[in-house]
Amino acid sequence: MPAGTLYRGREGMWSWVAHRVTGVLIFFFLFVHVLDTALVRVSPEAYDTVVATYKTPIVALLEYGLVAAILFHALNGLRVIAVDFWVKGARYQKQMLWTVVALWLVLMIGAIYPVLGHAARELFGS
Amino acid sequence: MSTTDTTASGIGPVEGDSLYSVDNPAPVIEPPRKRTKKTPKSTRGNFELAAWLFMRLSGVVLVVLVIGHLLIQLVLDGGVSKIGFAFVAGRWASPFWQVWDLAMLWLAMLHGGNGLRTVINDYAERPNTRLWLKGLLYTATVFTILLGTLVIFTFDPNIR
Repeated sequence: MPAGTLYRGREGMWSWVAHRVTGVLIFFFLFVHVLDTALVRVSPEAYDTVVATYKTPIVALLEYGLVAAILFHALNGLRVIAVDFWVKGARYQKQMLWTVVALWLVLMIGAIYPVLGHAARELFGS
Repeated sequence: MSTTDTTASGIGPVEGDSLYSVDNPAPVIEPPRKRTKKTPKSTRGNFELAAWLFMRLSGVVLVVLVIGHLLIQLVLDGGVSKIGFAFVAGRWASPFWQVWDLAMLWLAMLHGGNGLRTVINDYAERPNTRLWLKGLLYTATVFTILLGTLVIFTFDPNIR
């Protein structure tokens, strides 16, 4: 039995909202990121000074958030493609979303040490 | 609305069972603006279709490019701690990574630019607001793409 034809609420709408919010956040970061990388054309010192802020514990936390946004947008984007191009995509959109969420959780747990490890060492000593 | 409600509209309760089945199919509704021989040719072209397709094609490529980028910059070999001018110089010594970063820059900026265009189309209602927001968006997008491209092509490891 196909589900109801209304799309409001539930997994379909909230994944769309999350896709939108993460997309906008990533775009704004990308803009800043191209600007900071452009400093390699100014001088090695200018670039290294700005990159040093990326290594502080607070910005490390923001980087973890960036990884979270990118991984969700990437995995859910593949789900959107499956919904659009796979014949059974629309029927399995919910199952695919929960697969996306599960994969995202596993990857986010895996990213804790590599992304936040250096910040923890700086805060609590090695 | 309770799940036992049946309406004449043909729309079942949200996420509930459909009113129709294989033995009791829904009536076919003619599209109200179906094109016929008398309909004039569309003058708008297929820009929105191309944009829709571009989002999906660039998306697949970006998944590979961006996750590879994150692994190299944030995970492998000491994570973010190793990044500095020397690290950038080492990577851009190879044409492979120059092409990787150039492709990532163009695809991500166009993908994000088109995404924000959609967001503006959805939420900005006054014509003037739409005009200014899109003008700002296109300016920032073109500027960022050109700046990034210039930096990749003119990078000088011996700059002092």
